[in-house]
Amino acid sequence: MNIHEYQAKEILCANGIPVPPGEVATTPEEAVALAEQYGGTVVVKAQVHSGGRGKAGGVKLATTTAEVREHAEKILGMTISGLTVEKILITPAEDIDTEAYVGILMDRGFQAATFIVSAEGGIDIEQIAHTDPDAIRKLTVDPRYGLMDHQPYWLANSLYSEPRLVKQAAKIIHQLYNAFTSSGASMIEINPLITTSSGEVKAIDAKMSIDDSELFRHPELVGYRDLSAEPVAETKAREASLSYVKLDGNVGCCVNGAGLAMATMDLVKYYGGEPANFLDIGGSSNPEKVVSALKIITSDSNVKVILFNIFGGITRGDDVARGIVEATKRIDIHVPIVIRLTGTNEKEGLDILGEAGFSAFSSMDEVVERAVEIVNAG
Amino acid sequence: MAILVDENTKLVVQGITGRDGSFHTLQMMEYGTAVVAGVTPGKGGQTFEGSEGASVPIFNSMDEAVSETGANASAVYVPPAFAASAVEEAADAGVSLVVAITEGVPVQDMARAHAFARDHGARVLGPNCPGVISPGKAKVGIIPGNIVTPGPVGVISRSGTLTYEAVIHLTNAGIGQTTCLGIGGDPLIGTNFVDALEVFAGDAETEAIVMIGEIGGTDEQEAAQWVNEHLEIPVVGFIAGQTAPPGRRMGHAGAIISGSSGTAEEKMKAFEENGIAVAKRPADIVDLIQGALSR
Repeated sequence: MNIHEYQAKEILCANGIPVPPGEVATTPEEAVALAEQYGGTVVVKAQVHSGGRGKAGGVKLATTTAEVREHAEKILGMTISGLTVEKILITPAEDIDTEAYVGILMDRGFQAATFIVSAEGGIDIEQIAHTDPDAIRKLTVDPRYGLMDHQPYWLANSLYSEPRLVKQAAKIIHQLYNAFTSSGASMIEINPLITTSSGEVKAIDAKMSIDDSELFRHPELVGYRDLSAEPVAETKAREASLSYVKLDGNVGCCVNGAGLAMATMDLVKYYGGEPANFLDIGGSSNPEKVVSALKIITSDSNVKVILFNIFGGITRGDDVARGIVEATKRIDIHVPIVIRLTGTNEKEGLDILGEAGFSAFSSMDEVVERAVEIVNAG
Repeated sequence: MAILVDENTKLVVQGITGRDGSFHTLQMMEYGTAVVAGVTPGKGGQTFEGSEGASVPIFNSMDEAVSETGANASAVYVPPAFAASAVEEAADAGVSLVVAITEGVPVQDMARAHAFARDHGARVLGPNCPGVISPGKAKVGIIPGNIVTPGPVGVISRSGTLTYEAVIHLTNAGIGQTTCLGIGGDPLIGTNFVDALEVFAGDAETEAIVMIGEIGGTDEQEAAQWVNEHLEIPVVGFIAGQTAPPGRRMGHAGAIISGSSGTAEEKMKAFEENGIAVAKRPADIVDLIQGALSR
């Protein structure tokens, strides 16, 4: 789950990291009121789950209230990477001397939390890694020992030469590690970490993702989810414990298992169709899940055919079959349904489908070809 | 021969009394796996009744289960909040293989569990994986037993059901398998493609390998290079997610294209550059494997 800059800053601040004040506005009037409260020059920042906000015109300096209003009007409602800006952060402009980068993420290769820092901040770290790899220092935290006291200093020494800056940065790095572990994050990025001319080190922008599997432990973070940043169908899918991603095609897909679901989309494309969605009904499915899945797929008016591709493993064929039968009784489905069902409890599943008048294919190629044929005929 | 599990596997099922644990324990027993113990805290002393009168003792802890039965492998079916702890407990009890089926385990929990298991000499498969099956010998996990058949091909996959899809094509074409394993769809997994390839490389009966990857990360690219540099037998590859949009997580916690990294295209290219034949769809794996075996 990605969270907004202002939310990430709340978490950093709660862990003791110096962050400039700032509040969120949803109207130009609120923005002006906040700017007047801070006085002086402020920054108006679009709050969307996307990088490149500055380049898109979503981050602006304002020296007068007229400018604040003008920028707020322009940025609110703006589209950045397909997402509408509904909130802006108003924060006093900082007197920036230098900009550095400090990030921490779960590294797949090292299988542990890994810091990446660079004295060259303010720009995309992947770009720095590409053009100037020596400007980056990396540290993997051994989960057996946690972050040891000397390690933040080793990282901070690559950012600054002045001892008082190193000391502040090392403290921030330690606090960042605490924020990472205590909030179940999978990534936190401070970019830039600035120094001011008076010698203070501060985080003025932050990006953060929480591991979805940690949310049960952090009920306080669940409210951070921005429901406006995702289609309603995806919210409904999550509430029903399904993974769903809406796409632009018209073949609605309902599959068990993420890998098979992706391969099904690919095969739809292979046979000349376009998938309407990714949908994984998950492992131990109960019939209710299938009902929810069908509701979500049919809520997309582009869908012209519903394709089930079920290969039972932990999912049992009879559960899915019961779900399909139940769903077609409870909701009005106006598009054809084609089914492939095999694997665990296949026979029981086929019997249930047969009694309800459904037939099923046994191969994935057959069912996908049939689905694409229906769409192309319609 | 086979890898990881065979007729010498003595299995403990952690979470044997749960809905999935009990269902799949029965399936494993019916397949012929020697399930010697179950663990559910608080239910020690009870028994799990298999079909045909087989009875499995249940223990409160892995320590008791292993010392009483001499088990050498475990399968983890416990809920996500306790799964990493179950892996640690299994490694501590001294089993050499821990197959973690559970999906949705917090990643930071697994970072510690993986480190602990490594220190204790236990191989972890998963989490969020379908397990492993050596046709005709043993299965640990949830891979349906009726889709496999003994033969010369090794199968490694990041996915569950997509593994079954590939395997059924092989089986229907009369091509059997030495061992099929799912390494798991999570970002931090105990056994990655290279680890699995290394084990297969030591198995004299495996004559070719099918490797099924998906978008996200660079594990497939590293495996492709390893194949080129170290492996003598042919490999056929498939990558799922050619139509996946960037930046969106496709079900598996690890299946996300970040920036330009982790795309299906990049992985398929790495396969081709390293001499791995790439199947365009699962059904094409059969022809490619037949070609590889006849060479």
